[in-house]
This record gives sequence, C-alpha cells and structure tokens, in this order.
Amino acid sequence: MEPLLTRHVREPNCFTLEFYLRHDGYEGLKKALAQTPEQVIDLVKASGLRGRGGAGFPTGMKWQFVDKKSPNPRYIACNADESEPGTFKDHLLMERNPHLLIEGCAIGCYAIGAKVAYIYIRGEFFHVQHVLERAIDEAYAAGLLGKNVLGSGFDCDVYVHRGAGAYEAGEETALLESLEGKRAQPRNKPTFPAVVGLYNCPTAVNNVETLANVPLILRHGAEWFAALGPEKNGGPKLYCVSGHVKRPGVYEASMKTTLRQLIEGDAGGVADGRTLKAVIPGGSSVPMLLPDQLDTEASFDAVQKAGSLLGSAGLIVLDDTTCMVWLAENLLHFYRHESCGKCTPCREGTDWLHKILRKIERGDGQMRDLDLLASISGNIAGKTLCAFGDAAVTPVLTTLKHFRHEYEAHIRDGRCTLPAEWRARQPVGAH
Amino acid sequence: MSFHPEMAYDATFHKSARTLAEPGEPFVYTAEHRARFDEIVTRYPADRKRSAVLPALYLVQHQQGYVTANAMRYVAGLLEMTPADVEDVVSYYTMFYTKPVGRFVLSVCRTLSCALNGAERVTEEICGALGIRPGETDASGTFTLIEVECLGACDRAPVVMVNDGWQERQRPEDVGRLLDDLRTRGEAALTGCVHVIEGGATS
Ligand SMILES: Cc1cc2nc3c(=O)[nH]c(=O)nc-3n(C[C@H](O)[C@H](O)[C@H](O)COP(=O)(O)O)c2cc1C
Ligand code: SF4
Ligand code: FES
Repeated sequence: MEPLLTRHVREPNCFTLEFYLRHDGYEGLKKALAQTPEQVIDLVKASGLRGRGGAGFPTGMKWQFVDKKSPNPRYIACNADESEPGTFKDHLLMERNPHLLIEGCAIGCYAIGAKVAYIYIRGEFFHVQHVLERAIDEAYAAGLLGKNVLGSGFDCDVYVHRGAGAYEAGEETALLESLEGKRAQPRNKPTFPAVVGLYNCPTAVNNVETLANVPLILRHGAEWFAALGPEKNGGPKLYCVSGHVKRPGVYEASMKTTLRQLIEGDAGGVADGRTLKAVIPGGSSVPMLLPDQLDTEASFDAVQKAGSLLGSAGLIVLDDTTCMVWLAENLLHFYRHESCGKCTPCREGTDWLHKILRKIERGDGQMRDLDLLASISGNIAGKTLCAFGDAAVTPVLTTLKHFRHEYEAHIRDGRCTLPAEWRARQPVGAH
Repeated sequence: MSFHPEMAYDATFHKSARTLAEPGEPFVYTAEHRARFDEIVTRYPADRKRSAVLPALYLVQHQQGYVTANAMRYVAGLLEMTPADVEDVVSYYTMFYTKPVGRFVLSVCRTLSCALNGAERVTEEICGALGIRPGETDASGTFTLIEVECLGACDRAPVVMVNDGWQERQRPEDVGRLLDDLRTRGEAALTGCVHVIEGGATS
C-alpha cells in the first residue's frame, strides 16, 4: 500500500499550509461542510474507522454517542499524550503533517456539533507543539479555522494544551481532568465522556492518528477506506517498530500486512545477526507474541486472536540477548512510577511487583516469590478504576507464562544466565 | 504488617518523597509573561480559568527556573483557585520542579526501547563525568540529571531531553562531547529531532 498519512513526511517543508494545499489539503473539510453533520458521521461509520489510541473502538459510533440533546456546548479532545512505551507515531504525524490533524479536528467538530477542539499534547513534545501551533496560525490566517470557516457559517477553534509529564493523562477521563486543571486521575465510568466530558459537556476523545484518518475518508469515500484493510480493519495504519531491529521507525501499511513483514521487511529484521526471542506488538501494555506467531496479520482482530492486542501498534522487538526478568523489572518501574495513585490495588500493587522483581533480578529471590507475583497481579487486574491496572500486570504475567524458566534460573543461580550483551549494545542507527 | 516476610514495611517502604516547596521570593510575572498568560486564559471558558494552570506554571518555571510556594500562591490568585489546589497539581506532574535545577536538565529515558539500546550506560557515563547521581545537580550548577520514562521517540533510542530540546541516538561514548558542547554552545549543540533533519525542514 502507498503511504497515505506519511507519504510526504520526508520532504522539505511538508508541514506548511502551502505544501499541504498543493496535496489535496483541506479538500476533506470542504466536502464535509457541503454535507450535514449526520451525513459525515454516517460516512465515518460506514468506513469502519477504529480508534488508533489503543482500544480500537469504532470512531463513527463514538461520535454518534455524543449527546446531541444536551443544551451544553460540545468538545473534541484530541489525545496527543502518546506515552505508551514503544509508541511514537503521533509524534511523527504532528511534526511532519500537522495540517492533516487540524483538518481532522475541524471535521470532527463539525460532525459532532462542537466549536472547540483541544489537542492535549504531552509536555515533552515541546518541539512538536511549536510546529502544531504554527500550523494552526496558518489555518486561521487562511480562514480554515476561526469564525465562519470557508464561508460556511461553521465556527471552529483549535487550541494546543500542553501536559506536564504523566502517562495516565492519556487515559481519556484523566485527560479531561488534566485539561480542567487538575491531577490527571481518571473518573468513574459510567458516565462516559460522550455524555459528561470536558466541563461536564458532551465530549469526543479521539487519538491523533484517528482524527488524521478522517480527512482521507471524506476525500476518497468510505468504501475506498474500508477496502484498504481486512474486514472491520480498514484504512492505513501506522506501526512503530523499535527495540532490537536494524531500522527502527514508523511504517505505514494496510492492516493486511503481517508482523513478519513489519519486523523483517520494513524494519530490516533483528540487528547484529541475532535471533528473535519475542515481540510486544502493541506497546508495553500488551502480552508478548513468540517467533512462531510472526505470520499473524497486523490487524486489531488478528492480533487479538493470537492472544495479544494491537493496542497502540508499538512493536517492541526483543532478540535472544534479552533477559525477561530484567524486562519485567524495567516495565514495572515504568508502571510503578506512572500509577496515578487513585486506587489502592494499582498504587500499592505496582510498587510491590516492582520490589519483588528487582529482588529476583538481583538474585535475591525465592521460588515462592513467583506465586506472589501471580497473586498480586490477580489482585490488581480487573480490580482497578481504569485499564492501567490490567496493563501494569501484563509484563509480569506474560513473561511468567512464556519464560518462567528464566525467573527460576535467576532464583536458583542467583544471577542472570543470559549473556550481558544487551548492556554493551550500541544505539541502533547511531551516527 | 508486611505483605511479605522478607520485605521491610517501615518508613522507607513508602514511595512518596514529598517535601514542601520552599517559599521563595515574592512572585509576579514579568510584563511579557503576564501578556502571554492573559492570551492563554482566553482559550478556556471564562468560568473555567483553572484549565490554564499548567501553562501558567510553565510560565513561572520559565521565569524563575522552578516553582516556589509564593509562585503557586500567585498563580492561585490569578486563576481563582486555592493555593492547595495549585500545589496538588505541581506535586503530581513530573515536569515541574520545586527545587532549583541546573542550567541544563538532562532527562535520560530509561524505559524499555531505550534501555535495550544502552540508556543505562548513558546515565552511567553522565554520572561519572559529573560526579552526581540521578536526581542531583553538579557542583557548578550547570547540569541536573534525571531519569524519565518513555519520551515517545523510541525509534531514536536512547533519547535524552535537555531542557525542552532533544538529543537523539545518544551513544554512551559521546556523552563527554555532549556535555562539553552544551557548556560552550548551549542548546544549539543538540541534535534536535531527527525527523526534522531528515526532512530538510527549515523550522
Ligand atoms: C493508562 C492509559 C493510557 C492511555 N494513553 C493513551 C495515549 O497516550 N494516547 C491515546 O491516544 N490513547 C491513550 N489511551 C486510550 C484512551 O483512553 C482512549 O481510549 C483513546 O484516546 C480514544 O481515542 P481513539 O478512540 O481515537 O483511539 C490510554 C488509555 C489508558 C487506560
Ligand atoms: S488503575 Fe492505577 S492509574 Fe488507573 S486510576 Fe487506579 S491508580 Fe490510577
Ligand atoms: S523508550 Fe525511550 S523514548 Fe520510548
């Protein structure tokens, strides 16, 4: 498949309005404004577009759920928090194709009857924020945002809101809390943001890549979009490949592609002539897949059927020098640090898990610690306010399931039995 | 009682390292920051000023390097919040500092993709070169080292943020050169974002 979202990202000045307009820019918005909002939602529904933020929920349906009877204003909150370890696709999109996102925000606002979209961008993406803000200024100056967009009578403002370092701000209700000037801690669900969202008003929370797909649907039609991928997995998809590969990067493909094609084809395979040990296919929060599962189609449904999740499509590739106990300890350090602290199982449990993993990794573990890991995980998963809890225990459970012998070796021998080569490894692609 | 017989459940168990922010000098925005603040507030509904607390705190940090109790009180006054609400926010987000930091804050990503590519050694090199540990500032007040979680650029591992700038594909053996370049050329020494370089951008 020809890249659609990232076709021009390596070209000079591809982020300017002038460049974007020369490549069908804002044609989707024009087509949307010529239809009723209901028609736009029906089109997005018919395209089968599924959310690219992690859950793969149908976007058209999400927009349809936005409460139209409420007397309150409505909002789009674009989730540009991109903090899932192994994920960096929204980064590229916003930095090199910002107008595509802005056009998507404007179409989204029109469809759900909102006048304002906030793009919530993680605080660390300061250089990306500059690019976005400059693009927004260009769009205002050209009458593509602001009052009476393109003479249609539709008003639309887009603002960038900078976060300040919190993974949990990517959870949709925590994002809304953060936008309201509070700690990024999730709300109880239900009620859902579509009914009670930002400022208690109906709100659609959409990922950057999700919104970036909307202009394509308007330009080329729902059937074209759906036909790009397997059934119920239409459209182009961005995959982030990192870890032990020769050419880490963002690769755009149809969801008909396979994990093998992405890892061995696009990313050049495992670096330094080593062999593949496992791959985490959807960001750090999803279960691992093993080398014999590489021919799995890289779609939401097929990856789920294989026992994992496509999640944020962050493929973290692990070669045979990777110690799985070390890996679990590394990721639990992340989850322990990022737990928002609102509910007890997650706040305390991630700390416990991390402490036990560190103990085992250092060679001070005992066999019964393995049961303890499993039992603590069982007391977190499904017992927390948000999906973070399930995500946090996944690295522990998946490594225990597939690589229990490595834990046992650490405990028995008091040290890692694998070569320590990963420590001495050079950065991939270093100059 | 400990949940596990081998693990202490004492004062060191709790992970909170919370300390009260120092009061600092009385705080007001410079005219430039005040103008910027006034513009930012208009982006949110008039009765929802509180939404501007993160940008308002960034302005504070830009002005005096870190956030003091007096600055929190000032921001609270502007946004019609209580000082406790502002402190609640400051203490939650990792990008606000409540203690003075060096001229350059080196934030080394330590999460999986960077760690697989040698981030730990980058941190070790910085520690060795500056004689500090993560969380500390060197004696000259030039560098503060912190370890951070995934920065969203794992294809360019290991990633180091320097203030608001980026240094990508940082090899451990090049740490000395990075520190020297920062001392002499400031943030102009950074590689910035590789996307921009590859794309030949003019930004
Ligand atoms: C702990 C946690 C972190 C999340 N982080 C992000 C994120 O960084 N970016 C994102 O788009 N979605 C993230 N999500 C998913 C959002 O909650 C939400 O499902 C998504 O933004 C919806 O957009 P979509 O329908 O376009 O995918 C996260 C979810 C959880 C539970
Ligand atoms: S599961 Fe964790 S991150 Fe989610 S609300 Fe509970 S403490 Fe916060
Ligand atoms: S793991 Fe370092 S940037 Fe993602």
